[in-house]
Amino acid sequence: MNIFTEFGRYLLMLKGMFSKPENAKMYWKEFMHQCSDIGIGSLGIVVIISVFMGAVSTLQTAYQLVSPFIPLSTIAQIVRDTVILEFSPTLVCIVLAGVVGSKIASELGNMRVSEQIDALEIMGINTKTYLILPKLLAAFVVIPMLVVVSAVLGIWGGRLAATLTGIVSGAAFDKGLHQFFKPYNVFFALAKAYTFSFIISSIPAYYGYYVQGGALEIGRASTRSVVVSCVLVLFADYVLAAVLL
Amino acid sequence: MIEVKNIKKGFGEKMVINDVSAVFQTGKCNLIIGTSGSGKTVLMKCMVGLFEPDSGEICYDGQNFSEMNTDQRKELRQQIGMLFQGSALFDSMTVEQNVLFPLDMFTKKTYAEKLRRVNEVLDRVNLKDTNNKFPAEISGGMKKRVGIARAIVLNPKYLFCDEPNSGLDPQTSLLIDKLIKEITIEYNITTVVNTHDMNSVMETGDHIIYMYQGLKEWEGSNKEIIFSKNERLNNFIFASEFLQDAKDMRMLEMKGKIDNNRNMDDMLK
Repeated sequence: MNIFTEFGRYLLMLKGMFSKPENAKMYWKEFMHQCSDIGIGSLGIVVIISVFMGAVSTLQTAYQLVSPFIPLSTIAQIVRDTVILEFSPTLVCIVLAGVVGSKIASELGNMRVSEQIDALEIMGINTKTYLILPKLLAAFVVIPMLVVVSAVLGIWGGRLAATLTGIVSGAAFDKGLHQFFKPYNVFFALAKAYTFSFIISSIPAYYGYYVQGGALEIGRASTRSVVVSCVLVLFADYVLAAVLL
Repeated sequence: MIEVKNIKKGFGEKMVINDVSAVFQTGKCNLIIGTSGSGKTVLMKCMVGLFEPDSGEICYDGQNFSEMNTDQRKELRQQIGMLFQGSALFDSMTVEQNVLFPLDMFTKKTYAEKLRRVNEVLDRVNLKDTNNKFPAEISGGMKKRVGIARAIVLNPKYLFCDEPNSGLDPQTSLLIDKLIKEITIEYNITTVVNTHDMNSVMETGDHIIYMYQGLKEWEGSNKEIIFSKNERLNNFIFASEFLQDAKDMRMLEMKGKIDNNRNMDDMLK
């Protein structure tokens, strides 16, 4: 199957998601279930990555800023901006592409192979609407929240590393955080988070939904979905930076 | 009643079903039999709408399925129950939640009413004390019975069973066959069973269609199949010498040449 056929089928899948729900209450239940799965399920890894990401950024920035003419509070500014602009939205979303993406692809793939999707179809349920739409909406709601949490924890991790190692005092770090802060950067980070959340939920959903074969193919679909999602996240990252900055 | 008229279905160059027509009667167990790759599963999937036939018509009580719009199909599908080869139970749900699911999705009954109905159908398929178990915790035969319970919970008019006996021991297979037959008569359902289990054919085959390489090769009942002169059908049904001998014995018995009330020990003397 060539790339155009795949892209066409992907678009048709997205179009097929928009139909009237058979029972709004059941769809809401599924949406909340997915929010919990994606959000709470990924919170642990996001917390760990973010704290260490901020801490390492602080140490490496301090290592490079050796000039006595540059105030130490600049370290905080650099950490803040790199965390908000790049690390939290992009790095966290790449990790989430692995965590959430493989889960979505393998869950749908298993349902396809074990005929559970066929069973739902025969009941008269639009499986694209019932199985894929709640995942996409949940990712759209929860992933930007995780990115915000990650940014806060990343900056906190940076401050913690700075004070624990004595590179920058807490007061100097806080002063640096407030200097030259651009709220637009937060808007940019959120724009990235929304774009990436769509990519890392819809691409695995596509690969999982259309899987054919058995356990081996589910594994392959899961791996492929993660690889494609990561590449598209990086590509979208560049495009957004070029357009919005 | 389900009518299938001149159905054709191919994948790429290969025609899997070639001009098949049949009528599946209400209140009867209609069996589709045939070797692997004969097109019986594809025919069933065309009938339930999982595959779109290339040409031909499928009519449910006179309503042409191919001409229905999405909403009409959805409505009809709520009258269809299907038991899958691998049961297709939702792994993350308990037995009770699996059977409850169609009721939750399509009815506005209270939770107590829905639960009563769930217990009623689980009792009907002889499943007790399994409500809170997950599919991974029950046996293959029990999974099939949960699949049947889920298929009949909305009181369907049409029941499709795709190889209901696959992977089951002969005794459990007979129980499942008996259950399908009883439910068909009790609820007056149009049942279509896709099988290559010979016990099912002889026990439940009110109406049998034999498929061979995408064509309908033979049609009749379990009483007629034994006297069939169709060589391919005979080769398929009575594949082993044991079954061939059993057939000969049965034919002699039916012609009155063997007294089936005679003691087996006397016969062996």
